[in-house]
Amino acid sequence: MIYADNAATTKMSELAINTMVKVINETFGNPSSLYTIGQRAKEVLEKAREDVAQVIGANPREIIFTSGGSEADNQAIITAANIGKKKGKKHIISTAFEHHAVLHTLAKLEKEGFEITLLDVHENGIVTVEDVKNALREDTALVTIMYANNEIGTIQPISEIGKLCHEKGVLFHTDAVQAVGHIPVNVIDDNVDMLSASSHKFHGPKGVGFLYVKKGIPISNLIEGGAQERGKRAGTENVPGIAAMAAALKEAVSKLDETSASVKARRNRLIEGLKQIPHSAINGDEENRLPSNVNFCFEGIEGESLLLLLDDKGISASSGSACTSGSLDPSHVLLAIGRVHDVAHGSLRLSLGEDITDEQVDELIKSVKEVVEYLRSFSPIWRDLVAGKKEFIL
Amino acid sequence: MALYSEKVMDHFRNPRNVGVIEDANGIGEVGNAKCGDIMKMYLKITDEVIEDVKFETFGCGSAIASSSMATELIKGKPLSEAMKLTNQAVAEALDGLPDYKMHCSVLAEEAIKSAIDDYNSKK
Repeated sequence: MIYADNAATTKMSELAINTMVKVINETFGNPSSLYTIGQRAKEVLEKAREDVAQVIGANPREIIFTSGGSEADNQAIITAANIGKKKGKKHIISTAFEHHAVLHTLAKLEKEGFEITLLDVHENGIVTVEDVKNALREDTALVTIMYANNEIGTIQPISEIGKLCHEKGVLFHTDAVQAVGHIPVNVIDDNVDMLSASSHKFHGPKGVGFLYVKKGIPISNLIEGGAQERGKRAGTENVPGIAAMAAALKEAVSKLDETSASVKARRNRLIEGLKQIPHSAINGDEENRLPSNVNFCFEGIEGESLLLLLDDKGISASSGSACTSGSLDPSHVLLAIGRVHDVAHGSLRLSLGEDITDEQVDELIKSVKEVVEYLRSFSPIWRDLVAGKKEFIL
Repeated sequence: MALYSEKVMDHFRNPRNVGVIEDANGIGEVGNAKCGDIMKMYLKITDEVIEDVKFETFGCGSAIASSSMATELIKGKPLSEAMKLTNQAVAEALDGLPDYKMHCSVLAEEAIKSAIDDYNSKK
């Protein structure tokens, strides 16, 4: 059994589970209550806030706990849109391959009269500072660009883009859901005003995340109610989840140097192995990508079949094929880097865990090779390609 | 709940009648790569009876399973009967398909009819 879909979600760490259980058992009080049990829960909550803030170089008062990355993305974008509206600024810059939590929020704003520019991410899956610079306008209210892409793992020049935004006085948000806990992230060095993160991507529990908002930025509420989170996010705090998230994050970051080097070595071994499959290609820049991310297209096959047969071999992976997205179009990320439909349907993402071994990598290579060969053996497209009736794309 | 029925998974994992008939006298190909599904059916028809049928499919699990089941439903049958094959019959024989995968059974029906049309046009 090899779980190679860590970009979808990760297994909770033992420390995170223990922390969660301990808080459930021992600190069940409502942090808003005045008596001791409530105040102990409040202490746990605030300690978690300090820990999270410290990891990303923020002040604890700049952290809002949310239900996850999607809520954080929504809140950041709506916050910037409301600030922009007051100043008559109704233009937002983003990229074509953002997560849907960002793209759909932007689509909603577009209907409300905002103008959205989605930047090209080029064949390598990396937006350039120059692209952002050229798109900036007098009425730009926000630039929102993901730290690292969730499908192809490419890392964006966040610090440089942030610097540019600050020079121009434009708010800058980054969806760092795939980055936090996996590569060094620091809100000061990265020049970001707002940043979203999600706990279950770094071995914490699901249903919890956080939004960093730099001091002085007036935050818009998405959820009205009580005065939790300094009035910026109502609802009794998910104290066990938040405490477990903080524990998982501290743990992930404390061993980041070590794990990222070893995972990267395995990732490169996997990439080299998969390249041996004829008429295949890696998606996204080969070097400038998350240590755990491998994403390939294989010509002549369809991704869902590939996933199901890999599952039979005990391998969990994902694909950007239309069939796995529940729509007729393949992944918008693969289309954004210029992959044509025919090829994008045959994509495979393997996102490795920190404990991946060389033997497991070799097993992945062997299994993917076998399944791709098998599916090609009765693919009419492959037959035409081999017979020279159609031209190979890859 | 699993994505597919046991029957779909069986026909996906062990597809029946996979391959090519070199001397086929009816060939049909439907779908396109852009949408992610292509089915190609090869028929060997003798005395208006489908003596042999094989398929090649590029597509998802339900596309492969639908092709496989469709070939099973028409193999050895007279042409007149094969012409009556419906996508519902294919889906039912597979113990159902998810709603958004029903088009796979439609492709299977179309692929077979296209192959029969090809045979009739060459008569």
